[in-house]
Amino acid sequence: MKVIVAQKLLQANEEIAGENRHLLARHGVLTLNLISAPGAGKTTLLEKTIAALKEEMAIGVIEGDIYTTKDAERIASQQVEVVQINTHGACHLDAQMTQEALNALSLAQLDLLFIENVGNLVCPAEFDLGENYKVALLSITEGSDKPAKYPLVFHEAQAVILNKIDLLHHMDFDLETMLEQVKKIKEDLIVFPLSAKTSEGMGAWLQWLKSLVPKKKKLFATAW
Amino acid sequence: MHEAGLIMEALKTIQKSAVENNIQQVTKITLSVGRLTMALPKALSFAFRILSQGTMFGGAELEIEQKELCLECCTCGVNFSPADIDFTCPECGSALIKILEGHELHILSYEGEADKIEGNCCPEVAASK
Repeated sequence: MKVIVAQKLLQANEEIAGENRHLLARHGVLTLNLISAPGAGKTTLLEKTIAALKEEMAIGVIEGDIYTTKDAERIASQQVEVVQINTHGACHLDAQMTQEALNALSLAQLDLLFIENVGNLVCPAEFDLGENYKVALLSITEGSDKPAKYPLVFHEAQAVILNKIDLLHHMDFDLETMLEQVKKIKEDLIVFPLSAKTSEGMGAWLQWLKSLVPKKKKLFATAW
Repeated sequence: MHEAGLIMEALKTIQKSAVENNIQQVTKITLSVGRLTMALPKALSFAFRILSQGTMFGGAELEIEQKELCLECCTCGVNFSPADIDFTCPECGSALIKILEGHELHILSYEGEADKIEGNCCPEVAASK
């Protein structure tokens, strides 16, 4: 007996992601799924972003990590709500894990939620978690060829953060080539070159976040 | 890693369908996989062989149809298949594109033996009910 399924392989994941998206919209929480290679600076960026914005908006974080709670501890020291997901070997977060974390957060109080995905540029691009936007983070120490090597994550993302620009003088990173490659994958992709360490360039990124949050609250007010 | 996660997701979906169709043992699965997903057929097959052991998929054949990349330019509407990772339109130079093909991770079909005796399920199927 042959059964024609003709459905997405990640159908089960996408159904749960849809539930997550609905839940987050109901509470008016703007959700960003932060994706990068290990060591690109996701946690440092979050620490700096939270420190700059936590007086203006209520921020929550879901921390994805394979085994440890090191990143979650760093974020928790900022006095914002953090939920840790340990994937126990899995190289990405999925919608089911995210849903369990969402249930542990006080969504009604939150304006902005960051999901720090497991460090990996391949798998997280495939798994919808129910976020509003994917943000890809790339550090200049990884080399300017990464958009060409991992096109899917850059195509799926709405914004790219180019981190560690304080090291530009020490590296052979070709900023023009990288920006050209990004534009070849997605013309309207927003790029934020910055250094989370020195805060250089953080302003534009923070402004972008601030511009998204009120919009979301307005949508929330009209839709519900 | 990537491929193992994908196979696990596929098996979850197929198992659900198989239970609904009263199928006890799956003998063949056909997937469609796009080039952009970076999922390697050999790694998918390896993950399938390992993950299917001792389940309703044990010993089943996995067929993978690979899909090349096909894009549509949102500016001028032309369809094209880039050889390299350059998504700019060869006609008008715009990189505002829609992916038509090449991003698939689809389960096309599966084949299996229907359970002839009502209520006589293998343990895996019974456990998932």
